[in-house]
This record gives sequence, C-alpha cells and structure tokens, in this order.
Amino acid sequence: MSFFSYLINGVGLGSVYAIIALGYTMVYGIAKMLNFAHGDVIMIGAYIVFVAMTSLGIPALPSLIVAMIFCLVLGVVIEKVAYRPLRNAASKLAVLITAIGVSYLLQNIALLVFGPNPKSFSNIVKLPPVSIGGINISSTTLVTIAASVVIMLVLTFFVKKTKPGQAMQAVSEDRGAAGLMGINVNGTISLTFAIGSALAAVAGALMCSSYPILDPYTGSMPGIKAFVAAVFGGIGSIPGAMIGGILLGIIENLSKAYISSQIADAIVFAVLIIVLLVRPAGLFGKNVQEKV
Amino acid sequence: MKNWKRFTAIVAAGAMALTMAACGGSSSGNTDNTDASSAAQASSAGEAAAPGQAWYIGGIGPTTGGAASYGLAVKNGIQLAVDEINAAGGINGYPIEYAFQDDEHNAEKSVNAYNALKDWGMQLLIGTVTSTPCVAVEAEAEADNMFLLTPSGTSVDAISGANAFRLCFSDPNQGVGAAQYIGEHNLAKKIAVIYDSSDVYSSGIYEKFAETAKEENLEIVCAEAFTAQSNKDFTTQVQKAADAGAELVFLPIYYTEASLILQQCAAMDYAPLFFGCDGLDGLLGVENFDTSLAEGVMLLTPYAANSDDPLSVAFTDAYKAAFNNETPIQFAADAYDCVYAVKQAIEKAGATPDMSVSDLCEALKTAMTEITFAGVTGEITWEADGEPNKTPKAVIIENGSYKML
Repeated sequence: MSFFSYLINGVGLGSVYAIIALGYTMVYGIAKMLNFAHGDVIMIGAYIVFVAMTSLGIPALPSLIVAMIFCLVLGVVIEKVAYRPLRNAASKLAVLITAIGVSYLLQNIALLVFGPNPKSFSNIVKLPPVSIGGINISSTTLVTIAASVVIMLVLTFFVKKTKPGQAMQAVSEDRGAAGLMGINVNGTISLTFAIGSALAAVAGALMCSSYPILDPYTGSMPGIKAFVAAVFGGIGSIPGAMIGGILLGIIENLSKAYISSQIADAIVFAVLIIVLLVRPAGLFGKNVQEKV
Repeated sequence: MKNWKRFTAIVAAGAMALTMAACGGSSSGNTDNTDASSAAQASSAGEAAAPGQAWYIGGIGPTTGGAASYGLAVKNGIQLAVDEINAAGGINGYPIEYAFQDDEHNAEKSVNAYNALKDWGMQLLIGTVTSTPCVAVEAEAEADNMFLLTPSGTSVDAISGANAFRLCFSDPNQGVGAAQYIGEHNLAKKIAVIYDSSDVYSSGIYEKFAETAKEENLEIVCAEAFTAQSNKDFTTQVQKAADAGAELVFLPIYYTEASLILQQCAAMDYAPLFFGCDGLDGLLGVENFDTSLAEGVMLLTPYAANSDDPLSVAFTDAYKAAFNNETPIQFAADAYDCVYAVKQAIEKAGATPDMSVSDLCEALKTAMTEITFAGVTGEITWEADGEPNKTPKAVIIENGSYKML
C-alpha cells in the first residue's frame, strides 16, 4: 500500500523534473549548448505568475500566459545579448561560462526586485485530489504529468512536421550547411530559445504549485536535477527528457523510502553513472556523434 | 572579419561581467546600508569618532539569500541597541561605531566580510548569525584574539576558541531542551524527526535530541534526512513518519523547508504535533503563507513578541517604531541583547576603546563570566567556554502569533 504512495510521490516529483528537462533538452538539441540559466528563467516565470496572481489579482491562467510571454521575451533577449556573440567563439567553454553568468545575473536581479524572503506560492491548479484505490493523488501532479505529455507531443510534432521545426533539425544537424541552404540560423535558434523559455514559465508555475516555496534560488537546484534527468533520458531527445525526469523522481523517492533518506542523492547519481556506462547516449539518445 | 568577431565577443563578455559586478555591488549596497564604507563615511561626516575614541563594533550575517530574515533581524536588533546606547551617552563615555556586512550564509563570504570589517577598524564582533559561517569566522577571530559574541550561531564549533561567546543555546542544548520539554510535558511517546543532514545546525540538534529522547523514554519511530540538494519534496519522509505512527514530528530545521513540510502533511491529512527549535522562527513571516497550517506548532525560542515581560514589551515597541512596524523575531532580540551584554561586560572590565583588539578581548572574556545579564531573552550567565546558562522557553503558534507556554 505505502509502496504505491511512494511511487505516486515519486511520479509527482519526477513530473516536475520532466517538465523542466523538456526545456533543457530542446535548447540543447537544437542550439547544442547547455543553457544553465534555464532553471533561473523558471524562477523568474514563477515570480511573474506569483506577482500577477497575488499582487494584481489576475486569475491563474491569464497570469500564466503573461509569464510565458515575459519569459519568451527574456529568453530571446538572453540569447541575443549573451549567447549569440559567442556562438562562433573559438572555445565552446565560453558560451557555457556565459550561461552560468546569466544564471547568477538572473538570481541577483530577482534578489534586488523581489527581495530575499521566501514567498509561499498559491497553487494554480485548484482541483480536488483524485482518489485511486484509496490513494490520494494530488491534482497538481496529474496536471503536471498531463502538461508534460502534451508539451512532449506538441514539441515532437512541431520539430518533425512543421517547416520551422524541420529548420531546427537542419540547424542541429549541421549549422553551416543549413545556413548555406538558405535557412535563417539565427532566427531558428532564437525561436528555439523562445519556445524553451515559454515552457520554462509553465514549468515554474507547476513546480511552485507542487512545492510552494519561491525564492531567488528556487530554480537552480531543480534545474540541475532536471539537467541530470535530460542526460539520463538522452539529451536532445524530447521523449527521453520526459521519461528521464519521471524515472529520476521515482528512483529518488524509492531510495528515500526503502534504502536511506540520507544517501538518496548518492543513489540517484550512482544510477545515472551506471546508465551512462551502459548507454553513453542516455536511455533514448541516438548513438551518433552530437546529432539529434 | 574573424578578428572583428572575436573582438565583439570579448566586448560582450566584458560588458556581461561589468553588469554582473555592478549588480552584485548595488545589491549589497541596497541591503546593507550600514556596510563598512558607508559607515566609515557616516562617521567621518558626522561627529569625530577617531579610532580609540569610539567602540568599533562589527556585525556579520546573511542579509540576502535563504537565511536573510535572520541576518536582517540581527542587523536591525544591533542597530536599535547601538542607537539607544549612543543616545544615552555610549559605553564608558565613548560612542559606538557600527558596521554590518552581508555573508549570504556562506562561510567564504563571511571570512571576507570579517576581513573587510577588520580593515574598517573593528574591535569586537557581534556575529556571525548562522552556524556554518560562524565556525569559519571564529577560526580567524581566534587567531586575531578578537572578542566574538554570536547572537545565534548555535553549532558547538561556532565558539571553539576562548575568545568566543554565544547568547543563544548551542545545538546540543536545544536538542536536549526539546527532548526534555517533550518528555516532561508528556506531549507524545512516538516521535518522528525530519532533519537536514547537510546542515551542521540541524544534524547537531538531532544527534543530541536522539540521545536525550532515550533518557526521557521517548521512542523515535523514524528519523528521516534531507539535504540542501533535495529540499523540495518531503512527501516520502512525511509518509514514513505517518506509516510509523508518529504522534509528534520534531523539526530541527529552518522555516523555509518547514513551511513545505507543513503543506505536504496537510495535503496528506496527516496532523501530528509539530515541535521545532529557533530555526522555525520566521515561519509566520513567509509571504502569502497560509498561517493556519502553522497553528499548534511549538518551538523553543527565548523570546516572544507578545509576552508581557516589561523588557520584552519595551524592546518590541522600540523595534516596531524603528523598523516600519515590523514585529521582531527572536534573532532581533538576541542581537539586541548581545549589544547590551557587551556593554555590561565592557563596563565591568572598565575597558576603553584605545585598548588593542587582543587586550580588549582578554578583558572582556574575564568580564563575561562575571556578569549576570538580564535582557529581553531572559537572565543569562556565561561559562568560561562561552556557553550561556539560561532556561529554555517554548512557545506555541495560536491565531497566527506566538503564545508563551
């Protein structure tokens, strides 16, 4: 009986990792860069929803749309100002370090604007918990899973079937050749960041609905865990991010429940190492060099 | 062309670094309006307080970051006491100069803050606020033989040297006090503990609590940990506590995580008693937090804003008047008492500000063990090892505020 509640709790945590990991993997898949600021865009998105709902009294859904638009613009600006000038820099490290810089910049801006004190987030999902076989599953978890699945499907469809999506695939395969074939490389990467950052706002709102504490550092640790989930599932693979996230959450909670809550993190990372040893490209990653 | 691109890249990176530096600078400037440089300016602009003619008291604590509410409370508490003492003619006739530095609850930054304050001319330190940084700063202060009085550094190592004293209970004492309180008042027999194994404060309290609980015939049915890397999801820990039939959950942790645990317990319809230590102080200050979740939570704290003790009432009123009608938390009271304890010790020792840092420390550490200090947080005497003697008090949260038990 309690096994199922542990499992459900794990899925709840995993769904939060999954929805963050989708944004990570999307940007990595197309732009081939680790956007370490993704976790902090999530935090900014959550703050926008918080301010819209609590201070301005806007209902949940419109607040979320405002936050998505804000994060979309933020993502495009970050890409344009901080990443694009370094895209052709000699060292790939430069843009990675800049991403870490942007991450700290966003945290410090949030500290200045919103202050250091934690805020308690109001759940945007105002539905009663669903009871299956005597176990209550929070509706936030269900909505988060549903949102991850929908986002996963829409993204997969978008990348595979639409023109801008195919341009993304082309850019990810070979940026230079794509440019020569008349694809607007800068525009395509901007679009990737726009979508990834808008998703970050959704992830932020859902994460803070599940775990309702919001401070300027809220995004950083889940961001890193979600990155692990993305690697676990095979970075660059959209379904992989989703599965990786949920598995990570389940492994984390089951090891807390049955092995030891003190070394749960160590177990999670040990599993990651084993998976990578067996499948270096992650669970769903294609085993080709740096291609999606 | 290639060089040109490289040039723009460098310029962009430089600009990035500059904005970040500027941002960091202004953030500390904004939150620390009494940081070393502005305090130095204030003293040179105001009445002359040359070194040797004033007491240079430094403070260190987190005014930004997750533990900011503690640091800000301490900073304000010291400020209030300093202003009162200066208005009443200073200590032994000399005014106090006061500077406070942010350490973001980070040991490395705390040592930097300590060095910055030393450059400013600090003669004694009230701080640091949180345990982990305090351990690091105390090592430096011991080497300098600088007198250190921490208002709230509860870890044992925070006052390892002979130069260091504390005003609050140590972690072990809080653990002992909590277990004894639960045992004596027969609150529960089956107890679950959820603690932060990555934090010296939390694990320190837990270890001593577990020992004392045995003596009190309390059964710890489950002891679950979390770390700073996984401090969002506590559903598994809570579930295990509920499955083990715990009647009381002991939370020797900080309020940010505690607020999540309270919410997750409520979501599972699990309603045990909750008992915590001073880290829970600040719970009611979390913006937008549903304080009904905190109803009935008990915590050990030496000070409650609504107590009828005349000293507490006077302090609470003065604090509210000075800081936007904000209700002081225990950390503010601790810090306020620290300044008055230092004042009493200096007067007892008959010290003067022209003494060297080391001589002042020698004089004060003898005087501290001789005084009996009556402050907002109760009557305190000190042992030579720096530990305070006082009785623990517990409060319960009722109708959104503390009530003394």
